[in-house]
Amino acid sequence: MAEATTGGGEVAIVGVTKRFGPTVAVEKLDLTVPHGSYCCLLGPSGCGKTTILRMIAGHETPTQGDIRIGGISVLGLPQVQRGTAMMFQSYALFPHRSVLDNVAFALKMRGAGTAERHAKARELLAKVQLDKFADRLPAQLSGGQQQRVALARALITNPRVLLLDEPLSALDEYLRLRMRGELRRVQKELGITFIHVTHTQLEAIAVADTVVVMAQGHIEQAASARDIYVAPRNAYVARFIGGQNVLSGAVESVIDGTAAVTADNGSRFAFPVGDGRPPRGAPLFGSIRRDRIALEKLAPGAKPPSGLNTVVGEVHTIENQGSYVKVTLDLAGETEEFVANLSDEKFFAGPLDIGDRVVARWSASDVKLLDAGPLARGPATAGNAVATGR
Amino acid sequence: MHGDSGSRRPWTFYAFAAFFTLFVMFLYGPMTVIYILSFQGPQGGMTFPMNGVSLEWFESLFEQKRVGDIAGSFVRSIELAVVVAIITVVLSVLAGLAFRRRFRGSAFTFYLAIASLIMPGLFVGLGIALTFRLLGIETSWYTSGLGAQLTWTLPFGLLIMFAVLGRFDRAYEEAATDLGATSWQRVREVTLPILLPGIIGVALFGFTLSYDELARTALAAGSQNTLPLEIWAMTTTITSPALYAVGAVTTAVSFVVIIAALGSIALVQRRRAQKIAGVE
Repeated sequence: MAEATTGGGEVAIVGVTKRFGPTVAVEKLDLTVPHGSYCCLLGPSGCGKTTILRMIAGHETPTQGDIRIGGISVLGLPQVQRGTAMMFQSYALFPHRSVLDNVAFALKMRGAGTAERHAKARELLAKVQLDKFADRLPAQLSGGQQQRVALARALITNPRVLLLDEPLSALDEYLRLRMRGELRRVQKELGITFIHVTHTQLEAIAVADTVVVMAQGHIEQAASARDIYVAPRNAYVARFIGGQNVLSGAVESVIDGTAAVTADNGSRFAFPVGDGRPPRGAPLFGSIRRDRIALEKLAPGAKPPSGLNTVVGEVHTIENQGSYVKVTLDLAGETEEFVANLSDEKFFAGPLDIGDRVVARWSASDVKLLDAGPLARGPATAGNAVATGR
Repeated sequence: MHGDSGSRRPWTFYAFAAFFTLFVMFLYGPMTVIYILSFQGPQGGMTFPMNGVSLEWFESLFEQKRVGDIAGSFVRSIELAVVVAIITVVLSVLAGLAFRRRFRGSAFTFYLAIASLIMPGLFVGLGIALTFRLLGIETSWYTSGLGAQLTWTLPFGLLIMFAVLGRFDRAYEEAATDLGATSWQRVREVTLPILLPGIIGVALFGFTLSYDELARTALAAGSQNTLPLEIWAMTTTITSPALYAVGAVTTAVSFVVIIAALGSIALVQRRRAQKIAGVE
C-alpha cells in the first residue's frame, strides 16, 4: 500500500481494448485522467463508458492494453490494492445491514475491531449529514440518503480514485441537481480523482473538469466542460451535447479564410476555414450555437430572403425553459434538427406560434468549423443519445 | 367512477368466484369432515353420525398393537424429512450459485436435473429398488428411500434457487469485493444473508415434499415404513376412526412446520428491524 500514497490518483488507460465474445466494447482507447481531477465519461448506452469504469475497478479485465493508477499497472491486482472505490448505479447497499454497518463494511473485512470501525463510520456519516440515521436499514432511507450512504461507504477506505457509475440516475430531478453539486464539492474537499459515468450531457458539463465524449468504444473528444460545450470537435459531439446546430454542405468557393458552402436544400453558409483550402465540392461541417440565432416571422406569402447564414423554416415546437425559450424549426429539405434558443425577453416581445414561417439568421463569426467525425454513425447514434439522455 | 366496482361486475367475476368456492369446498370440506370424525366416541364408526366425543382414537395411535407402527413411522418420516431438507438446501444453493456462470454444458446439465420432475415417481422408486437388489444392497428408508426422495426435492430446490437468484443483484457481490471482502467473506457476509429468506423457502419445500412423498418412496423404502406409507397401508387394513386421527395429527405437524418456517423468517426480519429501535 506504500505506492498508493506516493503514486497519487492519476489514472492512465493505455491502448485498452475490451471484447465480449465477438462484440468490441472498447477499442484501442487511450485516456489519462490527472490526479485530483473530476472526469466524466459521457455517451449513449452501449458506448463502452461503463466497461471502462469496471476495468479500472477490476470488475473486468482488458483484452489488450494496460491500466495504470499512480503510474503503476494495476492489471491483476485485487480492488483493495488498486486504491479504487466504486459507487454503483443501484448503490448496492447491503439490505440486511444497518447504515452504520454498511459504511463500516470495508473496515470489518480488514479485521478492524467493532469500536474502531464504528467510530470511523460515524465520522464519515457525519460528513454526509446522516449520523442520525446510523442504525436504520437502507430501505428506510430516501433515494438521496441512500446515495450519500453509498458515498460514505466508498470513501471509508481512503481511495485515491472514486469510480461513480451513473450515480444520479436513480434520483428525481430535484435531488439530481442538488447531489451533483454535492459530489463536486466532496471531490474538491478530498482532492482525489473522480471518474463519473453518465449519459446526461448537462450533468457531465455541470460537474466535470474534463468531459470525455464517447461513441461505440472510441473517444470522440476529451476536453474541458466549457470547450466541449462551446467548441465541439466534430459533428457527433456537437449533436450529442446539443447546444449547437450542425450545418453541412459542399464547398463553393474559399475567399480570405472563409468558405461559402451550399447545403443540399440550397441554403448557403459561410464557414471559417483559417489557412485551410478545402477543394470545391468537398463536404464541410460547421456548428452554430443555439443561443446565437435570431428569428424573424415571415409574413404569409412573403418571398423568403436568400443570402449567407440564413435558413427558412416552420416552427415545429416551442418549449419555455424559464430563462429562455427553445424553438425547434422544420427546415425545408433538411432532416437535421435546427433549434434556436431565444432569451425570454426577446421571445415574448414578438411571440411565435407553432406553424409560423420564420427566417433564422446568425453572424458568420459565431460559426465554428467541425471535423466530420464518425460520419457514418453520426446522426443515428446522436439521435438515440438524445432520446435516452432526457 | 362511483360504484363501478360494486354494482356492475363482469360475468367473469362470478365465474371465478363460483370456481373458487368449489375449490375451497373440495380442499377444506373433506378435511374438515376427517378432523371432526377423528374425535368420534369409542363406540363410533367411520362415518357420521358422531357417537359421542372422545380422544380415544388419538390415544390408540401410541399403541402399536392396535393400529400399526404410527409412532415409529412418524419419527422416521421426520428424521428423513430433516435430512432431505438439509441436503436439498446445501446442494440447491451451491448448484444455484454455480449455474449463474454459464459453463460448458450448463443447459444440458440443467435439463438433465429437471427431467426427474416429469418421470413417473413410482417407476423411479421401482428402478432404485431394482438397482439396489442387483447390487446386493438392502433397501431401507435412510439409503434407497433417501435417494428416491432427493430425485424429487433437488430439482425443486434448484428451480426455487433460480427464482431467488433471478432477483439477486450481483452488484451486491461486486460491492463486497470492492470493499475488500475475500470470496469467502463475500459469501458469508453478503450473499447468504441476502438470500436467507429464499433459502428458508427451499428448506421448507424440501421438508414438506419429503414428509408427503409416497410414489417414489413406496418401493424404495425397504422393510420399515415412512408415515405416508404407513397411512396408505392403514387405509386398506384399518377400519376405525384411528385413521382420521392420523390424518389430523399429520396435518397438524405440517402446519407446525410451516408456521415455524414463516416464524423464523419473521424473526430474521424483526431482528434486522430492531436495529432501528431507539433512533426515533
